[in-house]
Amino acid sequence: MILVELPFHLRTLAQLSGAVRLEVDDPVTLRRVLDALEARYPVLRGTIRDHGTLERRAFLRFFACEQDWSHEPVDAPLPEAVATGKEPLLVIGAIAGGS
Amino acid sequence: MSRVRVLVGTKKGAFILKADGKRESWEVSGPFFAGWEIYHMKGSPVNGDRVYVSQTSGWFGQIIQRSDDGGKTWTAPGGGMQKSPQGWPTGESNRFVYDTSADGGAPLTTHQWYDGTQHPWEFKRVWHLEPSLTDAEAVYAGVEDAALFHSMDGGHSWQELPGLRGHGTGPQWQPGAGGMCLHTIVLDPKDPQRIYIAISAAGAFRTDDGGKTWKPINKGLRSQMMPDQDAEVGHCVHHIAMSPRRPGVLFMQKHWDVMRSDDAGDSWREVSGNLPTDFGFAIDVHAHEPETIYVAPITSDSLHYPMDGKLQVWRSKTGGNEWEAMTEGLPQKDCYVNVLRDAMAVDTLDDCGVYFGTTGGQVYVSPDGGDQWKPIVRDLPPVLSVEVQTIA
Repeated sequence: MILVELPFHLRTLAQLSGAVRLEVDDPVTLRRVLDALEARYPVLRGTIRDHGTLERRAFLRFFACEQDWSHEPVDAPLPEAVATGKEPLLVIGAIAGGS
Repeated sequence: MSRVRVLVGTKKGAFILKADGKRESWEVSGPFFAGWEIYHMKGSPVNGDRVYVSQTSGWFGQIIQRSDDGGKTWTAPGGGMQKSPQGWPTGESNRFVYDTSADGGAPLTTHQWYDGTQHPWEFKRVWHLEPSLTDAEAVYAGVEDAALFHSMDGGHSWQELPGLRGHGTGPQWQPGAGGMCLHTIVLDPKDPQRIYIAISAAGAFRTDDGGKTWKPINKGLRSQMMPDQDAEVGHCVHHIAMSPRRPGVLFMQKHWDVMRSDDAGDSWREVSGNLPTDFGFAIDVHAHEPETIYVAPITSDSLHYPMDGKLQVWRSKTGGNEWEAMTEGLPQKDCYVNVLRDAMAVDTLDDCGVYFGTTGGQVYVSPDGGDQWKPIVRDLPPVLSVEVQTIA
């Protein structure tokens, strides 16, 4: 069981009150986690990665086990601790100043 | 007694302001979609309980929200309306994909970028939603990068009307400071095949066949920022207004200049007249007097606030050229807000009410056609759009 923690606005949009628990087949990769997340919560399609290209939206980041996975290949296996549900995959809204 | 519902989109959520026909005592609800930019929200003229909302975010992209009960409850029609047996939202959030098919009107794949090079079209957000005048399930969306979409299923799915981008001048379009956005959609109530749109910075366009083919309608516009001031496209049109009582007569607030067309946009003439400055964004027409128009003059394209710190709406009862300042109830010192292009609206009560919102978070109402103003609210986030529903 994979744990995914979403930022406030996406939890609100998906009507979630806490972390998401997902079943994901091995090997657990970023692409597979996001596929499973969007399959369960289709309202999130387009909010984390682009509808067409499936590229990560520019102001979102993926953190796992204190590492930034935002720029890693989406088909690379995530850390064992994430794959086993001991640690969450964090979807983070990038810090941005201004309005 | 008739009542009004004012739909306010702001930088940090949506608000609904309600009053009876006297428009003296107001009930404020919201924020809805707190923390998101609400570029526009508008009710269906067919079904007053149907309201469409453009909810957008630089982080999370574009969501279309819809209410079927006048704003009490909301659903993302492509994502949250139906529930699976487990109670999860089903369906897909709203997807705007440019038509790249060869038979869809030869859609273009690039437009001019700031540096003069060609740049691919990239969807960013919905600026304006225009519900159909005859079908509550039909709604148009003007988007950035500039294109026109429509939905025939209440906002669940969207298709581009590609003839606009494909008509030939697209490679000359370029973004204004706010992006290359299709921000204005005007539907002709007497001719369902006729639609007007405006793009910054490309200009105004019209279709007479329901969106299949389009023509630029910019003759008479002159723009100093262009090397050829009379060019067919490239003008920074800020907004267009039309009285539904007299389709074919259009009023335009251009970057600079207030313009008028009496032939459905085929030609324009300037009617700035005695305005203290003819720069601005918002323009609207009185609900019952087609020659009475309103603008909110802004100092200049470098100074996006009222002249001398005095917030004024200027009214012309002669269809332009002769203008008078409406100041009663508006701050006449130390006011440095802006009034954006979609932030002015009128109701259709017998005594036409005029409304506008500011980047300072105020929404003002004049229940008497502009003579006297008062704030409905003073401290909202910066106001991006104001629309009014008159409810019998």
